[in-house]
Parts: sequence; C-alpha cells; structure tokens
Amino acid sequence: MHPESARLRWKTWCCAALVVFSNVFGNFFLKRGMPAELSTPSAYITVLFRPLVSLGVLLLILWLASRMALLSWADLSYVLPVTSIGYVLVAIAGRVLLNEQISAKRWLGIFLIMAGVALVSGATAPQTAPSETEPQGARQ
Amino acid sequence: MKWVFIGIIVAATTVGEVLQAMGMRRHGEIRDFRPGAIGRAVTVLARNWHVVGSVVAMAVSFFAYLALLTVAELSFAVPATAITYVLETALAKYVLKEQVTWVRWMGASLVICGVALVSL
Repeated sequence: MHPESARLRWKTWCCAALVVFSNVFGNFFLKRGMPAELSTPSAYITVLFRPLVSLGVLLLILWLASRMALLSWADLSYVLPVTSIGYVLVAIAGRVLLNEQISAKRWLGIFLIMAGVALVSGATAPQTAPSETEPQGARQ
Repeated sequence: MKWVFIGIIVAATTVGEVLQAMGMRRHGEIRDFRPGAIGRAVTVLARNWHVVGSVVAMAVSFFAYLALLTVAELSFAVPATAITYVLETALAKYVLKEQVTWVRWMGASLVICGVALVSL
C-alpha cells in the first residue's frame, strides 16, 4: 500500500474509533441520566446539570469534534456506514452490561451492519473526492 | 405528534451532517492534533458558516430527539431516523460530488436493513 494512503487509513480508523466510542457512551450516559419525562421547556435546560447527563453531553461534544475532524479528510458516504458499527456495540453492551437478550432477528441485524461496515471500510478508500491539494475536478 | 418530531429530526440531521461535511471539506484535512493547533482550528471553524449552521441544525435534531423519546419508544425512534442514511448518501453523491461507488451503496443498504432489524 502507498505510504500516504496507509497513513490516511490508519488515521481514519483511529478517529472513527473515537467517533464510535464517544457516541455510544455519550448516549448511554445520557439515557441513564434522563428523567422519565420533560414537562416544561425549562426542564430541557435544567436536565443538562444532572451529573450523568452532563457526562453524556461532554462525550457527545467529543463525538461532534472527532466527527468533524474525520470529515475534514474522509467522505461522508464513507463515514456514515463505517461509524454505524456503533449500533452493534450498543446491542453487545446491552447483552454484556445489562444482561439483555439478543433475539435471532437482532443477531441478523448485527451481522448485516458488520457486513456493510466491512464492505465499505475494506473495499473503498476513505477519500475519493478531490482534496484541496489537487485542482478541482482532477479526479472527476 | 411523533411523526412531526421524526420529520424535524430527519430534516435537521440530514442538513446538519451534509453542512458539516461541506464545511470540513472546505477547511481541509486536520493534520496537527496538539492542543494549540486544535484551538486555532476551532477559531477558524467558528467563522465557517457551514460548520456553524451544522451545529445549529444538529442541536435542533438533538432536542427534537429528546422530545421524541418522551412520546415514542426507542425501538420506534431508531429505525424511523435511519432514513437519514439514504438521504445523506444521495446528497453526498449529488451535492458533495463524492464518488459513491456501488460498494458504498451496498454497504449503506446493508447498514439500513441491519439498523431496522436490530431496533425493531
């Protein structure tokens, strides 16, 4: 593999892992900390000061930042399927941490998501659009 | 009511994520991850209207999602919002001019079916 594309792929995988983990754990803490209902508009603001909710929000800020960094070089049509491995982690975390049952239908869904992720991440390069170092339209 | 929230979430997420990709592509690859360099990148990005617009749209989507979860089950919310994968992949091709090969379409389709099966 060309050194430049190897560097980009390695960097992409590290950043994608950060995107996935911050999203999965951010949402997990957010759901753990959320009350059953939000009755008034001000409740949407005060809920942000609960400890688990603020931890979740901090992780989601990290998610936003790492996703922005990833999109500064990788295509959206690459990032979308690859980061969806988070759905699989959520299902497996539910099984391991919360002892939830995974039905046959769910296992099939997990398999399909992993196949989609493997296909896009293994068979396509993160970046196919022209980058800023090339003249516009050079690879169109 | 829940379909109104779904509509808001799908529209705001799609617009937000496409604007984010557009803004970051315009900014160029981030190569320096030292704190000082990240701070400088943030000040530059705060004046990039694509990025600012994307953050606003994603905040709208986030609060609409919280509202949706108070009236609907997670098992309804997640697959209903997976439609954004289709919209965003199409916009990646036609608006962001990415080369969306059949492998990527296949991957996105597998993921959409998988998300539906996992969460339904």
